[in-house]
Amino acid sequence: MGKDGHSERISLEALQNGDRVEFARLVETYSPLIYRLGLKMLQNPLDAEDVLQETFIKAYSHLEGFNGRSSLSTWLYRIAMNEALMLLRRKRPQTISVDEPWGDQEEERDPLQIVDWCCLPEQELLSAESRATLDRAIDNLPTALRVVFLLRDIEGLSTRETAEVLDLSQAAVKTRLSRARLRLREDLSTYFKSRLEG
Amino acid sequence: MRNSENCRQLLTSLSDYIDGTLEEQLCAKLERHMAGCEDCRIVVDTLRKTIYLYHASAQPTSVPADVRQRLYQRLDLEEFLDR
Repeated sequence: MGKDGHSERISLEALQNGDRVEFARLVETYSPLIYRLGLKMLQNPLDAEDVLQETFIKAYSHLEGFNGRSSLSTWLYRIAMNEALMLLRRKRPQTISVDEPWGDQEEERDPLQIVDWCCLPEQELLSAESRATLDRAIDNLPTALRVVFLLRDIEGLSTRETAEVLDLSQAAVKTRLSRARLRLREDLSTYFKSRLEG
Repeated sequence: MRNSENCRQLLTSLSDYIDGTLEEQLCAKLERHMAGCEDCRIVVDTLRKTIYLYHASAQPTSVPADVRQRLYQRLDLEEFLDR
């Protein structure tokens, strides 16, 4: 599994036999990842805590049915993502479903901002204001793009793992990741353009 | 973007190119195009920088102690809290 590499150290057999020590190890190992995903998805610590608790409650009650075809972390991410999306739909009813086609067959939009801001000093690029601009840009991504972006580029899952978590094709994951990145570039370019001109 | 047909083709493979997963032949084609297209070079450079920025500005997240405590209580795992 991706960059955490913990799954091989947790015994699925022990978990499915009701070993509480092993379940506590599972919780300890994966709770930071699940909590971070909840925070990134919902931008709110209370909601992230809900996602965290519900994920492990559901994981515990469904362990018997887990067939081990995907890794434990992919499975947990899948449960957590479903929880987060459910909460998000409750809070933002206009949120579209991840499995909607979402224009995967459409052509890429042309970039509008052609400004070379790479030359800006590092302290300007990583200032609190530019970080806030980036956070807002990520939050403003359509959900169908944001979930792919968070799993691939923030959580470091592979294309295949992201496809498994979201029940999408790998081609759709690649398309959506590319669109998410280009939109973030566009927003950052707009911001840095004003810094260059100002 | 000026040379729009070629530039559009580039856009579809840009992410793979930056991740280093684009096949060699397409990579060479894209690099030939960028050598003569300033706009696309800027898009590639700023896209690469965008990816660098969100990785560089990522803060490590840990579960706050009170959140962890409530989680373990909810899961009936309090005995493991201090381990």
